[in-house]
Amino acid sequence: MKTILKTGLFAVGLVLAPVTMAQPVTPAVTETNAPVVVAQPATPVVGAPVAMAPVAGVGQPVPGGIGIQGQVTPNGRDALWMHNALLMPIIVFISAFVLILLFWASFRYRKAANPVASKTSHNTAIEIAWTLIPVLILVVISVPSISLLAAQYKPVGKDAITLKAIGNQWYWSYEYPDNGGFEVTANMLPDAEAKKRGEPRLLATDNRVVLPVGVQIRLLTTSNDVIHAWALPAFWTQMDAVPGRINEASFTIEKPGVYYGQCNQICGARHGYMPITVEAVSKEAFAAWVASKGGTMKGEKPVVAAAVTPVVSPAPVAATKS
Amino acid sequence: MTDIAINTPNAFQADAHSHHHDADHQMGFFTRWFLSTNHKDIGTLYLIFAIIAGIIGGAISGLMRLELAEPGIQYLQGWVGSGASLDEAYHLWNVLITAHGLIMVFFMVMPAMIGGFGNWFVPIMIGAPDMAFPRMNNISFWLLVPSFILLLGSTFFSGGTGNGAGVGWTVYAPLSTTGSPGPAVDMAILSLHLAGASSILGAVNFITTIFNMRAPGMTLHKMPLFVWSILVTAFLLLLSLPVLAAAITMLLTDRNFGTTFFDPAGGGDPLLYQHLFWFFGHPEVYIMILPGFGMVSQIISTFSKKPVFGYLGMAYAMVAIGVVGFVVWAHHMFTSGLGVNVKMYFTAATMVIAVPTGIKIFSWIATMWGGSLSFKTPMMWALGFIFMFTVGGVTGVVLANGGIDTYMHNSYYVVAHFHYVLSLGAVFSLFAGFYYWFPKMSGRMYNEALGQIHFWTFFVGVNILFFPMHFLGLQGMQRRIPDYTDALSQWNYVASVGYVIMAASMAIFFVNLAWAFLAGRKAADSPWGEGATTLEWTLSSPPPYHQFETLPVIEDDKRH
Repeated sequence: MKTILKTGLFAVGLVLAPVTMAQPVTPAVTETNAPVVVAQPATPVVGAPVAMAPVAGVGQPVPGGIGIQGQVTPNGRDALWMHNALLMPIIVFISAFVLILLFWASFRYRKAANPVASKTSHNTAIEIAWTLIPVLILVVISVPSISLLAAQYKPVGKDAITLKAIGNQWYWSYEYPDNGGFEVTANMLPDAEAKKRGEPRLLATDNRVVLPVGVQIRLLTTSNDVIHAWALPAFWTQMDAVPGRINEASFTIEKPGVYYGQCNQICGARHGYMPITVEAVSKEAFAAWVASKGGTMKGEKPVVAAAVTPVVSPAPVAATKS
Repeated sequence: MTDIAINTPNAFQADAHSHHHDADHQMGFFTRWFLSTNHKDIGTLYLIFAIIAGIIGGAISGLMRLELAEPGIQYLQGWVGSGASLDEAYHLWNVLITAHGLIMVFFMVMPAMIGGFGNWFVPIMIGAPDMAFPRMNNISFWLLVPSFILLLGSTFFSGGTGNGAGVGWTVYAPLSTTGSPGPAVDMAILSLHLAGASSILGAVNFITTIFNMRAPGMTLHKMPLFVWSILVTAFLLLLSLPVLAAAITMLLTDRNFGTTFFDPAGGGDPLLYQHLFWFFGHPEVYIMILPGFGMVSQIISTFSKKPVFGYLGMAYAMVAIGVVGFVVWAHHMFTSGLGVNVKMYFTAATMVIAVPTGIKIFSWIATMWGGSLSFKTPMMWALGFIFMFTVGGVTGVVLANGGIDTYMHNSYYVVAHFHYVLSLGAVFSLFAGFYYWFPKMSGRMYNEALGQIHFWTFFVGVNILFFPMHFLGLQGMQRRIPDYTDALSQWNYVASVGYVIMAASMAIFFVNLAWAFLAGRKAADSPWGEGATTLEWTLSSPPPYHQFETLPVIEDDKRH
């Protein structure tokens, strides 16, 4: 009963509420729009770069936005082009075409205008046409579609940096196997803390994944418990993290910035609360960050290899390891 | 179920006094409705069941839209009960999305389309007195009842973090095995077993009936398209459900008997479950829409006063959709870690389905072309179906591209897509069929004005509800989350407003139903006039308890 009552109240509330789009937006959004540079307060590490502030509308949803997030990887830009310049016009055209035909037929052949129905029920030519034309449209779509897939699966080069993302209920932990194997554990920031740091609610993490720009990143995903998915819209990247398997994807970030993603496979109670925050920095800044974690850059002599900790489930709010 | 049957309106029952052979159905209430072997009575039971399940499933989506109307968690904890932890509240969310999906798929759309309209009209349309196996028909229905009770009951038992099965309608392992201790998931799985068994028995019954009990002269190529659609659907059920049954049985043994089919630690593979599930799951989405195709074909033809354009093309397009529907399943797994060649194949195969679907859309329009159209309520729903299904279809073409899906997978874009083909496709066709056949089934006319208002408010409501979900998905909102980042609040609010409009429109529907039974005028045998050429319109409204004791003979040039 209580539920029914509440639903009723909800209905009344929605109807009474002004339908102006700007009203329901919470103040938190405007805070995000005015980025404030806040130094990482939790466990500052010597030599770590100052946390970058996110830019409104980059690497995260835009209030009231209707399109795909801006892409900062080459494959992402290609895919975005294919969606916006090829697929969208085609599907809008097809939908509009069907709608116009429906309206026209409804108007022209309404009972008042056409009291006697024709008995036409076959027309081989037109039936062949509406079979072959869709086939041609699909062929046009399939060419860039197949090349896009091929590009997404192109093996990475020798200089690629590997990021291993490990799903846990309900946080992500990361390893940098090419950089000495240190680990980073990322938990979602509580709402108040995210607000304080000028980061979007539910998307920000206490420790960020730091990656260099202009370098191929080999993403490996796996899981310690159930299936998760490492999804980062601005990179056009999404890969399931499956226990017992290691999946691979790759991307190259072109612009420094802070980019947000989330777990995208239902994984239990806090599925909506295991976000991903990537901070893309210059190669030099990345090297400095790696050094601050006790890691090494590729080609450097490993100094802390022995310090690699075994994979243990850290406490939910654990700070960065090693 | 007793109270449901008691509420059965009188007008739904065959009129005992209007027909000469009423001697054989002077039966008590219990005998008639609980031990029924009559395809029309069983069809009525299925329809009542589907309406009740639809109310429950729709109410659950109302709870979800209520929670999603604003960012933050406002209601979930209160719904769990006082002193509930946040984790229990989040778990409740997963229970809601799981229940909504399973109820709408297995207990609303399928029973209404196949059990309800299929049972009612397949035998009549082919000129048969009843289904081939009337008692099996009865058990098909009555298996659904314990199945539904098991699913609803599972919400009172532990499912891991909180009560109920919070695993999604896909029940992916290992979330559904090691990830969800407690009896709730076992109950949900058993519920699927029963629903699956019910559907398999129903499918056997339909195939046998259609192949063996057609009236003299009713060749396969003269069957009404609705019968064709049920025939194809029955084959899809027969071939896909055993695979689901196997998959969820393996879940049960993994959960309870120490097997490791889906556990890598014992040599199993979580992806095996996904392959098995979607080998069933993709044909399942066609199972939910093909009977709708059939109904829309009948309705467009009736209200255009024209035979269906390209009848053979329409029939074999459904066969093609059914066949190709079996070889596209892994497009549901584009981000699971498939190889590039596999993704290329499934991209191409999936796009192929657009071709027969396009044939159907254009043939419906061509059926209208040159016709003499009247826009009664069933026709409005059928026209709404064509356009909404087109919109849902073209987003399907977008999602078919494996490289594009990398972005959209599991986002609200997918939620928008499948609600356009189901909530605006399958459901529109259900309403079309309901208004179309309601006079025949009940013997009463509904109120045309209320029917039109119901259509337009529902049309506006569901579009406001589901269209913004495309935007949310493109902006990066993932499915199955109770809360979202604040930038997504506007469109979520709009969607919730759309739900309220849709819910109000459903109230109009029920008012119309009540009006029909209380004040509706008596329906003529063929209330839709000369355009209605299938056999059900040759019978009284409602039809006699047993029809066609003398089989009708189908002439050469009629009944498409």
